[in-house]
Amino acid sequence: METLWFYLVAVVVAVYVVLDGFDLGAGTLHLFVARNDSERRTVLQSIGPVWDGNEVWLLATGGALILAFPRLFASAFSGFYLPIMIMLWLLILRAIAIEFRSHLKSPIWRPIWDVVFSLSSLLLAVVLGVALGNVVRGVPLGGDGYFFTPLWTSFRTSSIELGVLDWYTLTVGVTSLLALTYHGATWVILKTEGQIRDRAKRAAALTWPLLLLFVVLVTVFTFSIQPQVPRQMNANPLSYAFPLAALGGIFASQRFTAKGRELPAFLGSAVFLVGMLLSVVFGLYPMVLPAAGDPAASLTIYNASGPAYSLRVALFWWVPGMILVTAYTSFVYRQMAGKVRLDEEGY
Amino acid sequence: MDPALFFHRFQFGFTISYHYLFPQFTMGMALLIVILKTQALRTGNDRYEKSARFWAKIFGLAFAMGVVTGIPMEFQFGTNWARFSEATGGVIGQTLAMEGVFAFFLESSFLGLFLFGHKKLSPRMHWFSAFAVFAGSWISGFFIVATNAFMQHPVGYEIQGDGTLALNSLWSLLLNPWLFWQYLHTMIGAVVTGAFVMASIGAYYLLLGRGQDATEEARGHAEYGKIFLRLGVLVGLPASILVAFPTGDMQAVNVAEHQPAAFASMEGLFETQEGAALVLIGQPDMEKMRLDNPLEIPRVLSFLTYRRWGAEIVGLEDIPQDQWPDNVPLHYYAYHIMVGLGTLFIAAMALAGWLLWRRKLYESRAMLWILMMAAPFPFIANTMGWMTTELGRQPWLVYGILRTEDGYSATVSAGNTIFSLLGFMGLYLLLGVLFLFLVAREIGHGPAFNEEK
Repeated sequence: METLWFYLVAVVVAVYVVLDGFDLGAGTLHLFVARNDSERRTVLQSIGPVWDGNEVWLLATGGALILAFPRLFASAFSGFYLPIMIMLWLLILRAIAIEFRSHLKSPIWRPIWDVVFSLSSLLLAVVLGVALGNVVRGVPLGGDGYFFTPLWTSFRTSSIELGVLDWYTLTVGVTSLLALTYHGATWVILKTEGQIRDRAKRAAALTWPLLLLFVVLVTVFTFSIQPQVPRQMNANPLSYAFPLAALGGIFASQRFTAKGRELPAFLGSAVFLVGMLLSVVFGLYPMVLPAAGDPAASLTIYNASGPAYSLRVALFWWVPGMILVTAYTSFVYRQMAGKVRLDEEGY
Repeated sequence: MDPALFFHRFQFGFTISYHYLFPQFTMGMALLIVILKTQALRTGNDRYEKSARFWAKIFGLAFAMGVVTGIPMEFQFGTNWARFSEATGGVIGQTLAMEGVFAFFLESSFLGLFLFGHKKLSPRMHWFSAFAVFAGSWISGFFIVATNAFMQHPVGYEIQGDGTLALNSLWSLLLNPWLFWQYLHTMIGAVVTGAFVMASIGAYYLLLGRGQDATEEARGHAEYGKIFLRLGVLVGLPASILVAFPTGDMQAVNVAEHQPAAFASMEGLFETQEGAALVLIGQPDMEKMRLDNPLEIPRVLSFLTYRRWGAEIVGLEDIPQDQWPDNVPLHYYAYHIMVGLGTLFIAAMALAGWLLWRRKLYESRAMLWILMMAAPFPFIANTMGWMTTELGRQPWLVYGILRTEDGYSATVSAGNTIFSLLGFMGLYLLLGVLFLFLVAREIGHGPAFNEEK
């Protein structure tokens, strides 16, 4: 039962990264690919109807965590107190920038929100990567299952007091930024035409080799910092499917972008993100939050899970509920299929 | 109080009070917008459609504020109340996750279609998207009140060996007897807010459009003002009554039965009495254990609570002090402000309803002024209502099971919490100023402005 919920949470996280990933990436590129007001409105309209729904997958992750793994929810959220607060402020600023920008047609008002939107998107992409890096590296869990990490200490992964930011987690953060920027570029290419699309293509072409370089770096670093990952993968060779899928996705995406096949290019990038994320998640399994130094103190799906009845009864409503969610999410995406047509109303 | 505990409570209290200013408005307004859209479909009168579109703009702004200030609430269960989440996640994980699955996705999927889809969608489909947003927000309210009802009156759980709680009946949790009246009371309170705001803006446009020197535009707005005012009063009158009787009344009976310390505290009852008086005004003096300058109606409290004039009600002096709410005066004032305002709402809406029936409302200058000025007060009353609930639950997080001092995140120091509290205060101040500025602009444009486009 714990394992089943582990899969379900992993799926929700993966969907979140693919969906909010493209609107964060589009936000990061916003100032670069869209230079005047109508171009910027085009980018915003490409994500306007869906960004809120995409973010709900983050809330759904939180909900599924407190339901299925309450100890993980309690330990991780309080231990990463400062980065989570900063993430919340960035989420708030970004949402407000998207929603408030269109209300005033003013050459002062709109550029402010463009910068806020772009900067908060960029920082969020980094923060998500840093968070993942922290989970992989491990945290100084005490015997009671709690910890607290300051934002930074000495930037070393071996220091006595670990910080949220160190050279490894920052590398993961940069990788995340590159991956989501590339992902966002494939989305902008898919949804726009003309100059915006040309600039997004250039952005994708620039980001792609850098991303590949960082993927190699981050893989090497991860194997040395968290030996559990290669051990777990060797123990279960089927899990090599995830990194292979990721590699296939990123190379296919680059080919499709070059050939102008926009939807497959976007989907390739999505496969890459899911493959990378699941490689890590299943590399750590059955740990969900490794303890730095003392593996025995780690939170696993067994010692962090909720009571048995909770997990069992929740399946009866959670699974049908999520099928319903998938149905109307795809309905909304179908409503806005195709290139963005600028419209007087809206963003 | 431990300074860390103080600031964890301060931050949660601040962020939740600020957050709830927006959902109470959007949940009430969603109902009113569905009524306007239904009228538009049924009558084909374009004014109803334009009215709905005008309110949709303000609704969209408030909804965005509700969403962005709501995200921190779910996260703070973990960041600031980790030991509470660990102990109760096995129970409230159900309702919190249900809110995401059944409400948030519904709202967020259809909100975009509702706000920007009226040209692309058929009228019926657009009506449906408005209805889906309304349903989503009311379902969301249900699950969050269900979570709170468990904290007020825990049911359907068992305590495990390690001290954490485990759910043993999902139906008991969802059919908690406390939940029924609390949910209705909360939602009708939200309708009161929506109706008063709509009536207030209606009265504003009517006052502007009066007299010889009113502009053509102001006269145009005034026609919409009549629609707003009429709907605001027709919904506001029953809502103002229902929020007091039976929902508020039954809620108080529940408190008296299950939380006697909270009941004595909110009523300002220090001595155990038969035939207890209903206190209208007075200041609790915690040193002398009495109410200064009381203005009371004899025996009414006993009657309202137990339906018997001579019934005995237990006062604070007969309850051990470690069971008392830890801020009796604030709790008492919150409750009395809510009840006082609620009484005034009934009076104002009854008078407005009578004038509407006699067809004098649109010309009654005094009544229009009263309704226009009334808009902020339902927000205060709803906030005070939640303060009554939450201060009354103290010193418990989960009534009778988990004390507040045992629920906060022990690893997060006071210094870190002050940092985040100051951040939220600064950010929310900025958001509030921008929100009011944008809403004032929309009201300035007015509903007839849409007509020209």
